[in-house]
Amino acid sequence: MPRLPDERGHFGPYGGRYVSETLMPALFELERAYNRLRKEARFKRELRDLHERYTGRPTPLYFAERLTRTLGGARVYLKREDLCHTGAHKINNTLGQILLAKRMGKTRIIAETGAGQHGVATATAAALFGFKCEVYMGSEDVRRQALNVFRMKLLGATVHPVDSGSRTLKDALNEAMRDWITNVRDTFYIIGSVAGPHPYPMLVRDFQAVIGREARRQIRHAAGRLPDVLIACVGGGSNAIGLFHPFLADRSVRMVGVEAAGRGIETGEHAASLTAGHVGVLHGNKTYLLQSETGQVQIAHSISAGLDYPAVGPEHSYLKDSGRVAYETAGDEAAVAALRMLAEQEGIIAALESAHAVAAAIRIAPTLPRRAIVLVNLSGRGDKDMETVAEHLGIRLREPGEERT
Amino acid sequence: MSRIAKTFARLGDERRAGFVPFLMAGDPGLDVTRELLRAAIDAGADLIELGVPFSDPMADGPVLQRSAERALALGTTLTQVLELVAELRRDSQVPIVLFGYANPLLRYGAERFARDAATSGVDGVLCVDMPPEEADDLEPALAAAGLDMIFLLAPTSDRGRIDAVRARARGFVYYVSITGTTGAGAPDPAAVAAMVGDVRSRVGLPVGVGFGITGPEQAATLARAADAVIVGSAVMRLVEEHPGPGFLPAARAFLGDLAAAVHAARG
Repeated sequence: MPRLPDERGHFGPYGGRYVSETLMPALFELERAYNRLRKEARFKRELRDLHERYTGRPTPLYFAERLTRTLGGARVYLKREDLCHTGAHKINNTLGQILLAKRMGKTRIIAETGAGQHGVATATAAALFGFKCEVYMGSEDVRRQALNVFRMKLLGATVHPVDSGSRTLKDALNEAMRDWITNVRDTFYIIGSVAGPHPYPMLVRDFQAVIGREARRQIRHAAGRLPDVLIACVGGGSNAIGLFHPFLADRSVRMVGVEAAGRGIETGEHAASLTAGHVGVLHGNKTYLLQSETGQVQIAHSISAGLDYPAVGPEHSYLKDSGRVAYETAGDEAAVAALRMLAEQEGIIAALESAHAVAAAIRIAPTLPRRAIVLVNLSGRGDKDMETVAEHLGIRLREPGEERT
Repeated sequence: MSRIAKTFARLGDERRAGFVPFLMAGDPGLDVTRELLRAAIDAGADLIELGVPFSDPMADGPVLQRSAERALALGTTLTQVLELVAELRRDSQVPIVLFGYANPLLRYGAERFARDAATSGVDGVLCVDMPPEEADDLEPALAAAGLDMIFLLAPTSDRGRIDAVRARARGFVYYVSITGTTGAGAPDPAAVAAMVGDVRSRVGLPVGVGFGITGPEQAATLARAADAVIVGSAVMRLVEEHPGPGFLPAARAFLGDLAAAVHAARG
């Protein structure tokens, strides 16, 4: 396996720095700072200490015994990123990037967010370090995710609703880029996924790889060997890359990335860019992309706001083409069913994003022998999704006429 | 000699700066763009930048975002934009530079795009999110078809960036006069003048200045230093603010004032 990305930020034909000239010097500055700090003992120690004392790392690797028995096949282990502070893996990355920002002398933090999880994780890191923080969020998402908007505000962040385009995550990212273009000299942009221009896909991956490094150590300790299959959901793909990356050289380990099929690939209402997209350029990198015949970006759909993104991290595009990772899909229905099954069998309410990975495990585990091991990244917890799930199941959480929060 | 090179040579002989209006193709409707192109030529435009609308214009301010949204809502495609240029070419030799983002061009296919653009009479292409480092996707195809690939430089650009652009740029260099998106903020004329001189001597091409120019007075100030002055958001804002047929006289007057201001600036 070549070391990727190459010095130009490419993963084979994917990735790169497709940005306006104004940002190029800032991307080089960030890359230089990161390449210096990633090797520095003090930086690594600082991040490790933060993860131990603040994030709650290492997160447990949990053997889902009842679920395993019910499925009647491979043993299912869950990497419990849902137990991270703020409720998802996103904090692994925001703490890493905020340490970079601090060392680079930047004074202002900006971020984009879809469902609000990355926004909350960024606002949290900014509060911890005393940075001013501004988060861009599509006005449609602001309406749907009022609770996370309130959390960000409590954490001292300013939330800017974005009214352009489809008013969702992709437009929030455009607007954060525009802010960065305008305030590039003093501002650090914390991107939430393995997307964006180089060096973001690389540095977000490196900060999330703590998931896979821990899981590799933990499964060898618990089972005495490596797992047979790794499963993770893929929107932008940061939790999946974080789990997969430390296992890429282990040829015996199969990897499955699960995209959101939404209402079904054939309906066109999905977020499966690797499965049904075409190669294109969006948000600073070349990757698989949901787009029209004329190259306009199409709107993604998933019941899970965190997977609702029309592109995907460029390294996933590379891993798809190389065949190292198999990309499958799970739809809205399968995700909700998986969320319910895990809740009933294990007492764990997964985030809707992570429920897509659980849905794939429910499909795959019964096809494997009992000695096989399936390791699922449970990237987040489901508290934020309760209204969405209730609505999907036709259950009313409030009295008629009562304001939706 | 290309139409772009000829134009800058003529402007050099005449000792004046060029006026370059930007028009978003298809906002609101290609018929309107056709009228605006005529108005720009009549007003004395030396070169025209024609915007190819994209759903996610990352480097554009609100005016050009809305302009692209309107154009796309009316179904504007790259194919139609090329047809519009071909139509214009029947009776005008004004150089045309397409201004857009990578994805619609790459989806059309780099070679096919370069060939069709050249056949239509396009002279150059500026792809906002394709810096020299990523230009392998497009620049060889454009060069083979005889088209100039235009690159941006910005206030944040250091010597290294200027050299990166020098290695690939053709036609002219577009200097972004502000640290920001299109249409945002006012450029500092002294800083722009210093940078334009530096870029011109290091790259060896004419330098057009744009991104923050709102009216004739500002255009005139920048025309004293730049080889061309590009006005985009201000023109499209006028279109936005004049729904219905009333906009054409206003657009003609505005384009005329801008052209006069730029052309007279060094007089």
